[in-house]
Amino acid sequence: MIIALVLIPSILALTVLFLRSFRIGRATLIGTAIIHAALTIATWLLPLDTRILFGVLGLDELGRLFLTIVSLLFLVASFYGVGYLAHSSRAHASQRTENFFIVALLFFLSTMTLVTVCQHFELLWVAIEATTLASAPLIYFHRTKQSLEATWKYLMICSFGIAIALLGNFCFSISGAHSGHTSMIFGDLLAYAPFLQIQWLKAAFILLFVGYATKMGMAPLHTWLPDAHSEAPSLVSALLSGALLNCAFLGVLRAYQVAQAAGLARFLQPVFIGFGLVSMAFAAIFIIRQTDFKRMLAYSSVEHMGILLLSVGLGGAAVFGGMLHMIGHSLIKAMLFLVAGNILIAYRTKSTQAVAGLQEALPVSGALWFLGLFAITGLPPFGLFTSEFIILKTALDQNRPLVAILFLVFLAAIFMGMFSIGLKMLLGKSPEESKQPLRKEWLWSTGPPVFLAILILLLGPHIPRFLSFHLHKVAELIGGVG
Amino acid sequence: MLPIIDSLLIIFILTNLLLLGSGRLATYIQMIAVQGVLLGILTVFIQHGGFRLRFALLAIGSTAIKGILFPLLLARATRLVHIKRELEPVIGYTGSLIIGAFLLALSLWISSRLPIPTPGKIDDYVLPIAFFTIFTACFLMISRTKAITQVISYIVLENGIYLFGIPFAGEAPVLIELGLLLDLTVGIFVMGIILYHINREFSSVNVNELSSLKDSRL
Repeated sequence: MIIALVLIPSILALTVLFLRSFRIGRATLIGTAIIHAALTIATWLLPLDTRILFGVLGLDELGRLFLTIVSLLFLVASFYGVGYLAHSSRAHASQRTENFFIVALLFFLSTMTLVTVCQHFELLWVAIEATTLASAPLIYFHRTKQSLEATWKYLMICSFGIAIALLGNFCFSISGAHSGHTSMIFGDLLAYAPFLQIQWLKAAFILLFVGYATKMGMAPLHTWLPDAHSEAPSLVSALLSGALLNCAFLGVLRAYQVAQAAGLARFLQPVFIGFGLVSMAFAAIFIIRQTDFKRMLAYSSVEHMGILLLSVGLGGAAVFGGMLHMIGHSLIKAMLFLVAGNILIAYRTKSTQAVAGLQEALPVSGALWFLGLFAITGLPPFGLFTSEFIILKTALDQNRPLVAILFLVFLAAIFMGMFSIGLKMLLGKSPEESKQPLRKEWLWSTGPPVFLAILILLLGPHIPRFLSFHLHKVAELIGGVG
Repeated sequence: MLPIIDSLLIIFILTNLLLLGSGRLATYIQMIAVQGVLLGILTVFIQHGGFRLRFALLAIGSTAIKGILFPLLLARATRLVHIKRELEPVIGYTGSLIIGAFLLALSLWISSRLPIPTPGKIDDYVLPIAFFTIFTACFLMISRTKAITQVISYIVLENGIYLFGIPFAGEAPVLIELGLLLDLTVGIFVMGIILYHINREFSSVNVNELSSLKDSRL
């Protein structure tokens, strides 16, 4: 079944390559997303298959959580995508570019799925690199100078990261070679972690961390992220932010799990905390006075990736908070990007100054934008409030007042920055005659974000017991307290 | 411990220094070709035991990709975009060479601190020079501004990682092949598609012109 999850999107992508019709291409997109989601649900109902293909693939609790997020977001994005493509085909895109877009999207799904079900470090590396290659054409969809520039930066910086991660993989296998262990299968590595050569393991971890965290948007290597997110079509931005960054995070976590089993957790925690806070600081600086609302959301992703790193670095109860935070961030950020896409289509600008009076012009999107701003900045009663509170409390319990203060300061700065921009767009003065929105909303553009909004509200005030049970299990895997 | 390895490695150092100290694209491409061929030869000589056929194939593959394919593609790209020199290095060529000397010393120091799993079987200078190549590439990437020189820096980085991997190819069954695969995919993606499009859109290949996307000054 895991193999089917990985292969089905790729196979269907190949068939789309030979299609001549808009309709079948779009139907394939939605169909694949539904099949993928159904299979993902099945992985929750059946016992976990942790070792298939000699243990190279397998699904553990951590992988299943990431897989579920990927699958859910792809389902939502594919429905939104059909509406988006229908609009853009009237505007400019030819049938060839559209089908190529769908092919790249499906390959993107395939590669992200592979990342989540990977139990082998070399294959994980291949899968993460493959996500870069599959998503690069998606960013270049609009064929403009800016999108070309964004694609170029994305490829160069992420390939640089991936090359560093390859070096990390070398160091990993050298650290095992000292005691004659050459298997790169995750479970085996965990088992003989205490016998790994410690200097090489440290080098390996640092290199893997830098390599994968580059892809995750960790500051100061985040520079590709705002460009790629702001130039890509909005549904792609939603997937990049909500699903792809998580996949890179999974790469970091896998390396961390092994390092932890080898007793290196104490050595690594300051690295996580430091880079987490630096990412939040960068995000805060660039969000205040941001003039492009998609870039604002992109920097907010840098911030939340920083919070995830911080939570792992703190360990203990914060890891549970981090996992909860990841789910919340993925849902909310994906919704916000989809809404931003509606705003962009309606106003034909990404400038925060030019957009005003959202609530009148686009009532549904305006309301969702408002809700999303509340949720993403961590106000109660939304999920991110709970998770940020847990992380803060852990920092205080561990007697790290400086971390706690910086965490709060950055959160407050980002809150003010996002709200002053977001509220002006929402309320503001109604646009003048010439700047009336050019398009009205329709079901394809509002339905998917509304669906996400319902999920966000459901997860808000109280975490379902089922979810909390699983998150505790996942947190235990990465050094948290159950 | 063959003397031939040492002499090949010395040539490798010289190619890195030339990359640092030269501004002609033709020199860059020649150095890439030389490094590619050197890596192919080194693959045969550095290996210690293990599966012979694999190393022969690796040697052929790396020579073909790094020593022949990439230089040809790069030469074609430079003809396409009509540039001969890297005109505006962020740091001058003399300065780059001095920094290069420091990087070489740093590489020697780092590798003296890392224990080798099978001592005696690996030539003492492979690791330092691999590190030196990697550092050189990172430095070139920061300090050279043309898209094509950045691609060249990336290839140098890959060469460094490959050189690092050769002595450990026995312990890491597929990693080194993965490196070659990365070379191919990224090389073809970046050079084939992007350089072509950047050239068409911007009518030049200067990364500095890729600067419309940035945040307003604070």
